Order: sequence, then C-alpha cells, then structure tokens
Amino acid sequence: MKQKVTNQTRRKMLISGAAAASTPLWLNIANAQADTIKIGFPTPLTGPFSAEAQDQVKAAELAIKEFNDAGGFNGRKAELLVRDDKLNPGEAATRTLELIEKDKVNFVVGSLSAATQLSINAVCKERKVLFNSISQSDAINEAKDWSVYTFHEALNPTMTAGAVARYSIPRFGKKIVFLTADYAYGHEMVRAFERAGKEMGATTLADIRHPLGASDYSAFLPRIKALNPDILVLCNFGRDLVNAAKQCTDFGLKSSMKIVTPVLLYTSRLAGGPEAFEGIIGGTSYYWGLEDRIPTAKTFNDAFRKMYNGSVPSDYGALGYAGVKSVLAGVKIAKSTDTMKVVAAMENMKYDWYKGPEYYRKCDHQAVQTVIIVESKSKNMKDKYDVFNILTIEPTTEKNMRSCAELGHKA
Amino acid sequence: MTGLTFELLCMQLLTGIALGSIYALLALGLCLIFGMLNVVNFAHGAFFMVGAFLGVYFLGITGSFWFSLVLTPLLTGGIGLLTERFLVRPLYGRGLDYPLLLTFGLSYVLIEVMRVTFGIEGLPSVTPEGLGGTVNVGIGYFPKYRLFLIAATAVIILGVWFLIQKTRYGLIIKAGAADQEIVKVLGVDIAKVWLLVFGLGCAIAGLSGILASPTRSVNPEMGIPILAESFVVTVVGGMGSPVGAVVAGLLVGMVYSMTSLFFPDLAELSIFVLMAVVLLIRPQGLFGKAGAMG
Repeated sequence: MKQKVTNQTRRKMLISGAAAASTPLWLNIANAQADTIKIGFPTPLTGPFSAEAQDQVKAAELAIKEFNDAGGFNGRKAELLVRDDKLNPGEAATRTLELIEKDKVNFVVGSLSAATQLSINAVCKERKVLFNSISQSDAINEAKDWSVYTFHEALNPTMTAGAVARYSIPRFGKKIVFLTADYAYGHEMVRAFERAGKEMGATTLADIRHPLGASDYSAFLPRIKALNPDILVLCNFGRDLVNAAKQCTDFGLKSSMKIVTPVLLYTSRLAGGPEAFEGIIGGTSYYWGLEDRIPTAKTFNDAFRKMYNGSVPSDYGALGYAGVKSVLAGVKIAKSTDTMKVVAAMENMKYDWYKGPEYYRKCDHQAVQTVIIVESKSKNMKDKYDVFNILTIEPTTEKNMRSCAELGHKA
Repeated sequence: MTGLTFELLCMQLLTGIALGSIYALLALGLCLIFGMLNVVNFAHGAFFMVGAFLGVYFLGITGSFWFSLVLTPLLTGGIGLLTERFLVRPLYGRGLDYPLLLTFGLSYVLIEVMRVTFGIEGLPSVTPEGLGGTVNVGIGYFPKYRLFLIAATAVIILGVWFLIQKTRYGLIIKAGAADQEIVKVLGVDIAKVWLLVFGLGCAIAGLSGILASPTRSVNPEMGIPILAESFVVTVVGGMGSPVGAVVAGLLVGMVYSMTSLFFPDLAELSIFVLMAVVLLIRPQGLFGKAGAMG
C-alpha cells in the first residue's frame, strides 16, 4: 500500500514538474514559492562504508519528515536527493555538480570520507552552494580548503583523537604505539593524538603503518607485544578496525596493554562482535545510550525507532540527521533559501538536535560539540543494540580545537 | 631496532608459518587444478570466500565448528564439480585464456551471490569453542587457534600427499598430468579424473576459507587480495608443483612476517620482490619444470 502511495505522489510530482517546465518563465517565478526545498545528499551507498552511508540516509529522511510534518517553510516542503558517490572523489564531484546544475538543489549535505568531502566541498565552493559535511576531516577546517559556504557538522580528528588521548593517557600510561592505516585518515588521527599527548608527556614508541584494507595484522603483533606499550592506538576505520581489533584480541595483547581507537564505530562493533572489541575504548560523536541523560537524544531515538521498526541510529547516521536539520533550521530562521542569508543564520544558531547544545564556530563553521568516550562491552547487554558503556563526555570547548589562527583563518 | 630478542624472532617466524599455512593450502588447490587440467582458476579466491561464508553460516546454525569443517568443503567441492562439468569442460582445447576469463567472471558472480544472500557487510567470525585465547609455546604466548591452523594445514597437506603418492587414484592423476593420451589408451576415463581434481581443488579452497574465517572478518571481497598472493605463491613454487606450492606458501608467509618486523611499510611489497628474485634466478619457480606453462 505504502509503495502505491509513493508512486502516486511521484507521478503527481512528475506531472506538475512537466507542467512547470512547459509554462512560461514569468509564471515559474510566481510559482517558485510553492517549490520544494531540495537538499542534495551524496554518500557512498556502495563500497566498504555502505552500512554507515545507508544509516546516514535513513536519519536524514527523518529530519526531512519532521520538517515537512511541521508544515515546512511558508508551505514549501523539503526533499532529499540521494546520490551514490561510490567512495570515489571523482564520482562525488560529478554527482554533486549534477545535483547543482541539473537538479538545482538549494543545499548539499553528506559525504562519508575525508577524501570525498573535500571534492564535494571544492565543487560547492566554486558554485557558491552551502555544503554541510557529515564525516570526519581536519583538512576541511583549514583556510585553503574552506569557504564561507562550508559547514562541518561532524567531529574532526583533532577533537576526537584528542579526547581519547586526554581520557586514556592519565589512566593507562604514557608509552604509546600506533597501528595506523597508511592514508590521510590514519595520519590525521596519529597527529591529533600525539598533539594532545605531548601536553601530558606521552612518548611514541612506534607508529606502525599498514596498507589500507589489509586483512591480516598478525605479523605486526609480536613486535607490538615486545615493545610493551601502555596504550595501543588503532588508527584505522571500518573493516580494517574490525580485523585489527580481532587479531589483537587473539594474540592476547589486551592482557599487557590498553587498546584504544580515536573513532569507535557502532557499525564496526556490530560487525566485529563483542569478544573482539571487549574493553576497547574509543571516541564517538553519538551513541544512542545518551538518551538516559540527554532529552533530545531520547526524542531523536524514539522518532528513529518509530520510523524504522525499533532500530537505533548509529553515530554517522545521527550526523545525517543533524546535518539536514541544521540547514533546514537555518532556512526557517533566515526566512529565505538564499544561500548567504542561510549561512548567516546558521553562523548565529545555537542548537540542540540530538546530543546536547552545539554551535558553529564563526571562523571555520566547525560544529563545536561533545566527544563521547565509550567502552565496548561483552557482558550485561540488554539487547543487540546495547554494545557500549559511556565512560565520559568531554564537554564542548574551543580549547581542544585548533585555533582559528592555526588553521589560517583571519580572526 | 631496539629490543630485538631471540624470542621475538621466533614468534615472528611462527606468525609467518601460520600466515603461510593459508597461502600453502590455497596454492595447493590452485596448482592441483593447473597441473592436471592446465586451467588457471581465477575463481579460486571466490571459492575461498564462499567457504568462509558457508563455514560461518553453518557454525551459526549447528553450533559445531567441526561439523561445518566437514560440510563446507563438500559444498564448495560440489560447486567445483558443477563448474567443471558445465562451464569449464566445453572450453577444453581452446587455449589457456578461455577458462581463465570464464573463472574470472565466475568469481564476480560468486561475490555478487554472497552480497545478495548475506549482505554487503559480511558475517562476524567467531573463534571455535576451546580454541580461543593464547597458550605458552615456550617463547611467549601464541593464539591457540593459529596453532590449530598450522596443525590442520599439515594434516590436509599430508592427506593430499598420501592420495597422490600412495593410492591408485593418485597414480592416475600423476599419469594424466604427464601424458593424458596414454592414460586414455589404457582405458581410464580421463574426463572423470579432471572433474574430480577440479572438485578437490575447490574443496581445499573452501576448507582454507573456513579455516581462515576465525582470524579475519568474513566479507564478499575477502578472496580478491588473497588470490593475487596465492598466484605469487604458485609462481614462486613453480606452476603445477604441489610440493612447490607448500614450500613457497610457507616461505611467502615467513618473508612477509619478517619484513613486517623490520620494515612494516614494505611488507606488502616484499612478497612481490621475492617473486621477482625467484623468477630472475629460476624462471620455472623453485620446484617447477621448465616450460610447464607450455
């Protein structure tokens, strides 16, 4: 039944679209008020991060639904145009350009990799379209890549790896070994962890780099064991993190050192299972268990559960929700879809969509927000979604970010 | 490097042998098929992957690792039999590249089938009951499961060796590889032998898949990189030589492991350097006969 309804509305939209296309130009301008607000959403629906990407879309659709259910803006409804960027920077740029040129989107939200978000950002910067990025990157904050149209809803490595360092070094010790995926993500995480660690007198015993997508890490493990660090930091993502965590557990590394990771993904933990991740500590932007202490998290989770058969949103999914929500809130405050007016509105916005109060820092539009430190558990799990204990929440502070001057912005 | 001890070197070697076990098993299957049928099986990595998926799946259903250790190779072997009978057989006598392209395509079909059946994320792998954790091997603690893996590989390799060297079937296989015309004249149905050898190769691939599954994540693309490494192993050992496959498999594992210790950045490269060096000194591979590709 549901399918039928959507088909009908799609047909209606097609008809009205065709009608709009065939009417003279001045009538189109008069009708513009009733057009939908279009948000382009490029994300890697296929490839190794597809699970996270699909969750981003689901949560973004929820934000759209809430906006429309509340009556939209002056009767204008919002619409999400999802495109598969295949985790390829070239593909991401092409899809974004199409969204802007052909589909005439008003805003772009999305991405799920340090590399694709930079290529999407480059296109949006050139076309003067607002882009709210929902995946981690340090580079996007820096003046050379940034533009006034760039917003960064996600955490960045400086914030998340820094928070994990600040939590773990005082508790577990100062001798650090890194096992790092040899590409931008891994390097940025190591740099950020070391930056925070230096203030606390931590020393790096070794930074062992492995190729992206390696399936066996065992050959690195005897050496790590022999180095006998206090903390082993896994600076890799997705499947790499799953494999590395599993093999570190098999080799018994946990008995002599603490394993931490800057980004402990909810989806990786589900894929890797409780034993492999047992006791591993990491940072995250969101965990659904926040609902016990943060009212907006409870509201968001409940809405998500209602829309998707009781399942809970993942960390990256929640960012899809917040990314869209912020832009649409900006439209309402600005009372316009004009890009510069929405930019100005978002710059002054204080918001709390799902994880407590946030705001965009003026100089680089980085969302200033908490980092949640979680520990993976294998016991006392209430249900299959109950995988982490929240250890602490590092509060919102600009002190833990790179300063505007350091990033190359004029203060 | 500081802290380089005898124990560390030994641990690193042992890790290399465990790694090499999987290489040796995969290369053994590859080279049985190549030595006998002159077919370069590009779907071998996919059979490895299917084995891992089926193994984890049956483990989930039955709760018994041992049961799925028996069932999985039977099934992948069965798929191998069907593949030989209906896909590869019509291509005999058409040159090396026909079955190569066919199996290459088949690998993509198998990957897609697994994506459709089990999802793109794959399955979480579990270490079988009783084989989790580590055990003191005198030089330090080593994962029990990887010791089991080395032992299981040794048993399988001995089994295959016994089959080829000590049984009537082995005699026919060896004779068929040497001169199929004579074997035919002697009244042996060579087509049936080819069928069984292809099935056996695929069964061993599936077996290595389930054996490898507790050590890594099981996903549809897991067979792609390991196929490339297995080809390196067969080339180093000599195309078509089972002894070469086993020796080279262990050698590649140890070279990878030792390079990881001293130059982690170059680990991935090291096995290709090894291949290049072997090819320069002995183009037919360590145990290969000259002109085996002929």
